[in-house]
Parts: sequence; structure tokens; C-alpha cells
Amino acid sequence: MSLDRATVRRIASLARIRVEDREEEPLCQELNGILGWIEQLNEVNIAGVPPLTGSGGLAMALRADLVTDGGYPEMVLANAPERVGDFYVVPKVVE
Amino acid sequence: MAYTIEGSDGAWEVVVGLEVHAQVISNAKLFSGAPTAFGAAPNSQVSFVDAAFPGMLPVVNAACVAQAVRTGLGLNAHINLVSRFDRKNYFYADLPSGYQISQFEHPIVGTGAIEVELADGSTKTIGITRLHLEQDAGKLIHDQHPSKTLIDLNRSGVALMEIVSEPDIRSPEEAGAYVRKLRSILRYLGTCDGNMEEGSMRADVNVSVRRAGEAYRTRCEIKNVNSIRFVMQAVEAEAIRQVEVWESGGTVVQETRLFDSGRGITRPMRSKEDAQDYRYFPDPDLLPLVLDEDWVASLKAALPELPDARRTRFIQSYGLTLYDAGVLVAEKATADFFEKVCRGRDAKAAANWIAGDFFAAMNRQGRSIEDPPVTADALGGLLDLIADNTINGRIAKDVFEAMVATGKSAAAIVDEQGLRQVTDTGAIDIAVTRVLAANAANVALYQAGNTKLFGFFVGQAMKAMAGKGNPALINETLKRRLAEPRE
Amino acid sequence: MMLTDLTIAAARDGLRAKAFSAVELTMAHLHAIEALNPRLNAYITVSHARAVDRARAADAALAAGDACALTGIPLAIKDLFCTEGVRTTAASKILGPFVPPYESTVTANLLRDGAVFLGKANLDEFAMGSSNMTSAYGPVENPWKRRQDPNAVLVPGGSSGGSAAAVSARLAMGATGTDTGGSIRQPAAFCGIAGIKPTYGRCSRWGVVAFASSLDQPGPLARSVEDCAILLGSMAGHDPKDSTSANVPVPDFRAACRRGVKGLRIGVPREYRLDGTPDAIERLWRQGIGWLRDAGAEIVDVSLPHTKYGLPAYYIVAPAECSSNLARYDGVRFGARVAGGDLRELYERSRAEGFGAEVRRRVLIGTYVLSAGYYDAYYIRAQKVRTLILRDFTDAFATVDALVVPTAPSAAFAQGENMDDPIKMYLNDVFTIPASMAGVPGMSVPAGLDADGLPLGLQVIGRPFDEETVFAVSAAIEQAAGFTAVPALRAGG
Ligand SMILES: [Mg+2]
Ligand SMILES: [Zn+2]
Repeated sequence: MSLDRATVRRIASLARIRVEDREEEPLCQELNGILGWIEQLNEVNIAGVPPLTGSGGLAMALRADLVTDGGYPEMVLANAPERVGDFYVVPKVVE
Repeated sequence: MAYTIEGSDGAWEVVVGLEVHAQVISNAKLFSGAPTAFGAAPNSQVSFVDAAFPGMLPVVNAACVAQAVRTGLGLNAHINLVSRFDRKNYFYADLPSGYQISQFEHPIVGTGAIEVELADGSTKTIGITRLHLEQDAGKLIHDQHPSKTLIDLNRSGVALMEIVSEPDIRSPEEAGAYVRKLRSILRYLGTCDGNMEEGSMRADVNVSVRRAGEAYRTRCEIKNVNSIRFVMQAVEAEAIRQVEVWESGGTVVQETRLFDSGRGITRPMRSKEDAQDYRYFPDPDLLPLVLDEDWVASLKAALPELPDARRTRFIQSYGLTLYDAGVLVAEKATADFFEKVCRGRDAKAAANWIAGDFFAAMNRQGRSIEDPPVTADALGGLLDLIADNTINGRIAKDVFEAMVATGKSAAAIVDEQGLRQVTDTGAIDIAVTRVLAANAANVALYQAGNTKLFGFFVGQAMKAMAGKGNPALINETLKRRLAEPRE
Repeated sequence: MMLTDLTIAAARDGLRAKAFSAVELTMAHLHAIEALNPRLNAYITVSHARAVDRARAADAALAAGDACALTGIPLAIKDLFCTEGVRTTAASKILGPFVPPYESTVTANLLRDGAVFLGKANLDEFAMGSSNMTSAYGPVENPWKRRQDPNAVLVPGGSSGGSAAAVSARLAMGATGTDTGGSIRQPAAFCGIAGIKPTYGRCSRWGVVAFASSLDQPGPLARSVEDCAILLGSMAGHDPKDSTSANVPVPDFRAACRRGVKGLRIGVPREYRLDGTPDAIERLWRQGIGWLRDAGAEIVDVSLPHTKYGLPAYYIVAPAECSSNLARYDGVRFGARVAGGDLRELYERSRAEGFGAEVRRRVLIGTYVLSAGYYDAYYIRAQKVRTLILRDFTDAFATVDALVVPTAPSAAFAQGENMDDPIKMYLNDVFTIPASMAGVPGMSVPAGLDADGLPLGLQVIGRPFDEETVFAVSAAIEQAAGFTAVPALRAGG
């Protein structure tokens, strides 16, 4: 599996990272280098092996349905690069 | 008759599947301890988890899990004892973490089914594909600033159940009946308030059309439809649009659309234009969700009576018709109201009053069963006065309207206005004598065989007694007197 | 002896004996930082005033006789831990202006126990790197020098390179680090100090800027095994705010350091013998095995057949998780924003300018391996390989109590080396990644020097939640090695 410039553009778009035209080719080569090296995993016989999920079969503890958080809009907004009143803002979105 | 769209060259069948997002009733959010109440000041119900601050981690709310399981049981569905949370990755201004925690491959609830009632008295089974838990997004406000969209994250992270139906729905009516029935079940269970205006229940409507006997054609998804009426309108509008596309030689493309209720049409959704690739994978911040079988069984045992069971009971214990019982159980609050009114009283009379004058007054006044025009106790009081012959049915209607208007009890109104019915046979006899005397021509006609006139005499007699006469005694007296030979 | 040369254990005793005050101890470190940090760049942020305040409070506590485990002990905090009111950058431009309104669980535990935070230690951007060259705040210089080439600037390893360099150069008595694929152990080895990656789930990840959630694990770095044990005892513990935090008791790690290895079975996995590993490392490994045998351990050859696949599997799993974890850095709620145009442009510009080359590379790889049509071939396959790696360890631990292997395939290299090809850099973590993939604990102990006089580490890997044995074995190696070498650049040096 090797990726072309169109794929680089597509994944950069999915990842919302701007990639300039001149960066595409070198990125393409770098990513292909890494993906090519990763291909060695194809040697491994994974028939019947389940993918690892969770950590060591521990059961997940749940939280009680109690209100223990929130109520601090100032702290939530304090780091915002831009705000209008108590709202975060972005350029106008058309739905 | 099956519902079809008549195209210029033949009939088209409509195929609909619904994805309903139902907000879980819980105190705190699905993965944080922030509150869920509707209508709070902007960003005041937001924890650092909900705003996806660096290093913040989700912890699952046990009550939300229980609500999902209870809902699954109420939908006659399979409960998956092991499920998992996945991340659905996409960028949008209402999604702080850049992914929604949802359940993709292993939902908490599997297949189920519900039965919906249609206007022609028939019922139809609609399959449930799955129910999964996921987080709600924040709210975007587009109309408060000339060049900016404002973001309120209060709703961000609130627990939703996404309930996906099979594509079993074939008409706008069925779509409406399905959402209504689903909402009814959720309200009975107390797992979602079903309040579509406040957005606590929203439907994504998947619509396609086909010729009879064909395989499914391409569908379009109409997002976030927020009333049952709009769901029905959206199905019809989208089906008509697709028929036009196909018949004009075009191809329906799979896309996400919005329903414009003002214009009654659907239009493509601009913000979802680019091809989505959600890159689902198991959320590594969470472990598999493992449910205890006994715990699920205990939830099942504690489930309340659901609408179908209640309807059956209403028919069996109260002798109601299928139709009346269906009307009364559709909303849990209505069924509760009915049972309060009919306790120790004539259930059929109670049902008639609620379905008739009571609903009419409620609709006229724009009120609801939670804020009724007359309380259950007051309506019961009115029924008692009818039952013990204090008033007749005709007067009862006036008393009811007076109760609605004044808020006074039936007994008080009857006393104040002197509406007790007259059971004095002497008074009735005098009234009947007057009526017969004044309508000699009609008496002659009646006695010549036009027995339909009997109702006319009853009405006249009642009128003569200002409506307060006991109808049974009037009938009896009239029958006797009219049977007497002409003087 | 200078105050900055003390171990944590010795400093605790000195503080309690009133041999010096906490303010004196902290000031000694702050002065050392003033002198050396401009060159080493081990700290991104130095919290001078806060540190002095905390030291004063520590002296008050000591005077009142209610000192805790770490009262008055000056530490460096990897700038990946959110610290309330103190800028936390993750060494990224995109978090440049970020001041967390909350304290991570691990640092809150350290503060609870009286520690003094000197500042925020440099790291690879978002902990992605093995050299500290990817920090947006400049590289860190390893305080060690090659004997033959003292002008070469060596890297401290990564990603906890600032933490390791600070502890090694005596700019802190200990430090927090995080280890995703070797980010505590490899820099510890490169800087001649000790560091442990605990079992996944031992320390809470709450409040730690996430890189790869299923691998990230906080842990301590210090100049002795015992000091690491003291720090871990404070950092560890169940945290209900982290669903992956294990609800297991925290044992007395410090006591475990004195257990010895008599009767333990120590495994030597043959797959860790790689072509091209420098002789000095092979030799040191053999020497370490000898020390343990001499101390009464039984040495057992074992096999971990899937070892070589750990690295490529890691470079699927870690980028996949990071591509998702880093989606929140979008210039909307915190951090740096590059404005202009519509929402998409805001995202794309903020992220293009906010992330460095290595972060961009990994986010793109991660996006690719999760994308439609590739998920099974890459991510699922990698997670299956991960199951096999875990099975290898489980099988080995059925017969042995711990494993001993080298920490890294080389000593510290110079800035600029290994930079031409990302894979060359990735190979640095070949010996540390398997334990990360399996979630088992691993500790690096300084055990010797190479021909250039650069420190080399040996790694002890243990059963899940059996850090006690890891500490016992590590302490035995430490004792036998008698490692007393010091870096060229250090406080007062
Ligand atoms: Mg949907
Ligand atoms: Zn959904």
C-alpha cells in the first residue's frame, strides 16, 4: 500500500492540517517510507488473535449520577483566543 | 391501501428508516459531572471534560447506562452484556474534542421491535436495529453576530440514545406513528422526556423511493427533524423530490439534507458537504462496558407497565374499546389522569369525558395533560353528580364548561346555578302536557306512525324544563302519554 | 557535598535533621537553574516565586513536625502535566498561551506530599520524539559529554529529555516524566539516571496532555532507584477520574528496593540481541546478568518471539491515537489560533502553524491508518500483534520473575544525528516499546559507561503491577554497578 499526493491531500484535509503544495511530495515520500517499514507486520500470523482492547481485562468502573462539576464559565472561557460574552466564537458557519 | 407517490409514469413506494436521538434523563452528563438541565446561561454547565481541555478524561455515568438498558428492554430488544465506546472523528465547531464518543461496532442494545397503531385501526411492527449511547454536541448560534458563530457547550456531553429503526416504514403516517410510539415508550420508561421542541428528541430521517418489488435505491438522510409533523412532512417532501429526480432521468445521490419547514422542502446540508470518513476506533480512554446479567434482570423486573400492556389492561379491566384505550394510553400522563378519574367510577363514562369534552377544552385552551383545564379530582366530582342523578348529561356539559371557565367544583356550580335535575314526576307531567298541547299536529303525525318525532318531543320537554329534567323520566312520561288515545 | 548533589532520601533526612532548610535546598536548585538552564534548556518555564513559597511552607511544616513524604523536595515537572495557574505547553506552539485551571492528579499527589515544583521541564512536542529535538521551545542539551569530543552537543533522549537532563545536571532532585514508548527509560539511560515506567494504570493520566492514551504512563526520574521508589509511591494510586486507572493498592516501593534478588528467576530474552548493537551495550548486558547471578538470582533464557514487531505496531497504534487525541487543538477554546477565512481555514492554519513537523507527520500517519479501507489492515492488525506481544510477556512471566535487557540500542547521540530519516530515530525505542505495548513496568538503571564515557542503562521489566520486583532487581543492579560517574555539565561542576 503506497500513498500518492492525492491521498496526502485527503488525509491532511481530514486532519485539518494545511499542507502547502511544495510540502506534498516530501511528505508523501516520508509517509511512504514509514508505511513501507510498517509492512513487516504482514509477516506475523494473526489468525484467530483478538485485537488488544482495554487494559489487562480490568472491568470499567462507572460514576454515580451526581452533579459534581461545571458552573465555572469564566474558567472554561479564560483560555479562549477569542470570545463574545460567555461564548466561544468561530467564523460564521453555514449549515 | 398502501401509500405511494404517484409519479408521471406510475406509482413509487417510499422506504423510510429513522434514527432517533433521545436525550437520556439523568442529573449529570454521560462522561462528566456537569449538569444537564435545559436553558442555563451559556457555558455554565460545562466541565473541562465537556470542553475537551488537555488531559481531561471521560468516566461513564452509571445511570445513563441503566437508562439505555431499560430503554432497550422497553423496545423488546437484546441487551449486549459487553459493549464498547468508539470515537467518531470529525471536526466541527460544536464538537470540542474533534471526536464524538459513541458506540459503533458494539452497541449496548441490539435488535428489537415495536408495534405502531395506524389510523385505519391496523397495527404494524417496526424493527429496531440497535440502540447506542453517545454524547451530544454543543449548540451553535448563528444569528447573534454579523460575522461569527457563537458556541455554547452546555449540551456538549449530555447522554443521548441513538435508536435506529429498520427501513420498515412505508409512509409519512407510519413514520409519525413510529416516532409517537417510541416517544410514548420512552416517557413511560422515564428515560427521555420526549420534548422535541427543546431538542431532547430529534429524528434523522432516511428516505428512498422505489418501484414495487425493486431492491432499495439510494437514500438521503434528513438531519435533526424536530417535530412529528415535520418528520411526516419531510418524508413526503423528500419522497416527491426523489421521484422527480428519478423520473426526469437523474440519479439520487446519497447526501445529508435539512428540512426547511417554512417552505416544506428539503435542501442539501452545506456543512456536511465533504465526504465523511469518521475513522471510528475504540476509545482508548475507556475500557469495555461489561454488564452484569443479574443487574439487567433486576432492571427488567422493575420496568413500569408500558403502553401496549396498559392498553390491554384498559380493555380488559375497564371494558374500553381498542380505540379509546389506544387514545388514553398514548401519553403516560393521560393514562394516569384517566385512571385517577375512573377510580371507583364508571370507566367508560370517564373515558368518554376525557376523550371528548376534556380534550376539546384542553386543545382549545392550548393546555396540556400536565397543566389540565380541569383536574382529575374535579372531573371525577362532575362524574359523581351525573352518577347519582344530581344533574343530567346535558346539564353536565354546561357545568363542565363553567368548571373550565371558573375553576370551581361541579357541585358548587350546580348549587349556585340551581342546576339540579328535576325528578319530580308532577313537574315533568306538567311540562309534557304543555309540549303535547302546543304541538298537536306533530302528536297526530307521531301517532300516525312517524315515531322519529319522539326525539323532537324529548327536546321540547327538556327545553320546557330549562334542561334540568331527568331524561329517563321525561322519556317514560312521553312514551306513556303519547300512547294514550287521542282526546 | 553540595545540596544539589543529594539524593531525595538523603535530603529528606537532612531537612528533618534541620541540617539545611527547604528554602536553602530550593534556592540551591534555582541558582543552578539560573546558571545552567540557559545552556541546557531543560526547563521551558521556571516557577521561581512559586517554588520559594512552597519551600517556605515546607519549612513551616518541618518546624511544626508535620512533614510528609516529599516535604521540601524540589522537583521538575514535565511540561505535559497540567499545573494549575502555571503555563503548560506540551512543548508545542499550539499550547503556548495555555494556563490550565486545574492540577493533574499525579502532580496534585506530589503537592499533597509536600514537593516543591521548580518549573516545567522541556520535552519533545506532545511527547513525540526520542531526542528532545522536536520541542517548539528548542532542543535540550545532554549534560554528558563525549570524552574525545567534548564540544559535540548530545541529545538527552526523549521525550522526557528536559526532565532527565535537569535531574542529571542537578537542576532538580527528581522529575516527573511520561513514557509512551520509552520516553522515561531512554532519556534516563542517555542521561545516566534512573527512571521507571510503571504498569499501565498505576499512575493516573488525568490532567496529563494525552499522546497515545492506551500507552501513556506517568512515572518518575531520579538519580537513584530508591529515589524513584519514593517518588512513585507518591505519584501512584487509583484515580476515579481516569477510567484506565487501576484500583490496586500502592505498596511500599522503597522497602522493595532492599529485598535483594536471592531466589528470583531473571529472564534474558534472546530476541533483544540485535545486529548492530554496540559492543559496549552487549558487554554491559552480560555484566548485568553476571551481577544478578552473583547476587543470588537464577538466570533463565527466555523467548519473546514478537519483540521485533513491537516497533512497527507501535507506529500504527500511537499515531492513530494521537491523531484523534490532538484533534482538540483547533484554536477555538484554548491555545494558539491563526485567524483568517472560514472555520476550515481557521482549523487548518492553526494546526499547520501550531504543530511541528514530527507531530504533523504522526497525525497524518494516524489519520491514514484509521481511514476507511485501511483500518483493518493497519490498526486492527497492530492491535492483534499487540495481543501477541502481551502473550509473549505473559508466557515469559510464567517462568521468570523479571527480565533484564538493555534500555536503548546506543548511547546518547549528537544533535543532528539520526535526523535524516524518521525510522532511524524510531529505532531508538526498539528495546523499550515492547513493555509499553504490553503495559508492563520497565525501569532503566544507569549501569556503566561506554568508551566515550557516556552512560548506558540496563532495563528491568516486570509483571503487571509488580513494580516491587522491578525495584528489587534494579536496586541490585545499581548496587553492583556502583555507578558514580557524573555529567560534565552540572550544578557546581
Ligand atoms: Mg445519524
Ligand atoms: Zn448519533
